Amino acid sequence: MVVKVYGPDFASPKRVIVCLIEKEIEFETVPVDLLKGEHKQPEFLKLQPFGTVPVVQDGDYTLFESRAIIRYYAEKYKSQGTDLLGKTIEERGLVENWLEVEAQSYNPPIFALTLQILFSPKLGFPRDENLIEESEEKLAKVLDIYEERLSKSKYLAGDCFSLADLSHLPFTQYLVGPMGKEYMIKSRKHVSAWWDDISSRPSWQKVLQLYSAPV
Amino acid sequence: MALKLYGIAMSTCTSRVMTCLHEKKVDFELVPVNLFAGEHKQPPFLAKNPFGLIPVLEDGDLTLFESRAISAYVAEKFTETGYDLIRYQNLKEAAQVRVWMEVESQQYHPAISPIVFQFFVAPLQGKTPDQAIIDENLVKLGKVLDIYQDKLSHTKYLAGDFYSLADLFHLPYTYYFMKTPCANLINDRPHVKAWWEDISSRPAFQKVASAMTFGEKGN
Repeated sequence: MVVKVYGPDFASPKRVIVCLIEKEIEFETVPVDLLKGEHKQPEFLKLQPFGTVPVVQDGDYTLFESRAIIRYYAEKYKSQGTDLLGKTIEERGLVENWLEVEAQSYNPPIFALTLQILFSPKLGFPRDENLIEESEEKLAKVLDIYEERLSKSKYLAGDCFSLADLSHLPFTQYLVGPMGKEYMIKSRKHVSAWWDDISSRPSWQKVLQLYSAPV
Repeated sequence: MALKLYGIAMSTCTSRVMTCLHEKKVDFELVPVNLFAGEHKQPPFLAKNPFGLIPVLEDGDLTLFESRAISAYVAEKFTETGYDLIRYQNLKEAAQVRVWMEVESQQYHPAISPIVFQFFVAPLQGKTPDQAIIDENLVKLGKVLDIYQDKLSHTKYLAGDFYSLADLFHLPYTYYFMKTPCANLINDRPHVKAWWEDISSRPAFQKVASAMTFGEKGN
């Protein structure tokens, strides 16, 4: 039975999709119209009580939270496709470390920027320019730390591409594309090289080809 | 060689890791970091964690930061001792643990942490707790706890009928939250209350909670 991924047009589900492609796992997608509020309807809330995407159905088994889903599939299919978790427990520890950095430090400001800049017009709320400025400053500080890290390490967790790098793809794509903030990446030599590397992976190129973005 | 954990006993995130270490019966040395003197923002510490935050774990050559990553690493490495926090022999149960670990990280923490900050940290900066921030986040936290109330009416713990790292992650911030005037958010929801009483009475957490005296006289 094929894995079903809900909400493929949006950023967090793309985290899951790129992981499934790297792991050579077959899947199908089910659209969810976030802009029409489909995720807050009772039917969707039965699947996922927090009303967010992605949700994944694997037979009669349901999972949500994109970072939990990618860890599950990276672990379950450890022996096929790209190794995304490192080869030893210590390497895995570093992958977990930098995946947490993405979740706790990178995601909050970039998510705020996405909502304010890209979705405020679509969802009909006024842009908060202060929040945008603050978020860009916070993100810049994180990127400075990444610049230092990536001057010593080819990828965030070490010498190999992992879930920690993968997790950054969808929202960073928004940053360099429709948000028009490519300079934040390009102005940092090592971050720029890292971004060029990870975003040109065939798996991510396939995601961009197959699934639209709402902006 | 024993593990070294850099942090302080009063800190929520250091306590999260220490609780995990106690559950796994793993020896460690707590190396104090002088936050009040800004030690965590100085170059020697920044070499361990460029974000300048505690805790940091040193295990031989390996240095890790981010309390949730450290806890997951400890739970995965030390499967032979202590309590199984991650259901490592059952992939489906392990995945549910991961789901609810992420719920804590992405839904619970962003709502509860500003409330704890306003009551415990703002006063140290000479400010009175900002009621607008507290109220806004109480609404968010209430909605999350409604979902927990429902979930915990079906399973004894968050990921299933077994205590796991997902429940443990909630301990430190909730412990401080329960000392605020907002504790009714937990107490008014019977399944959440029962769950809280259960997980906070585990010996591994009791060991750690006795030192969580942030905001008390003399600290």
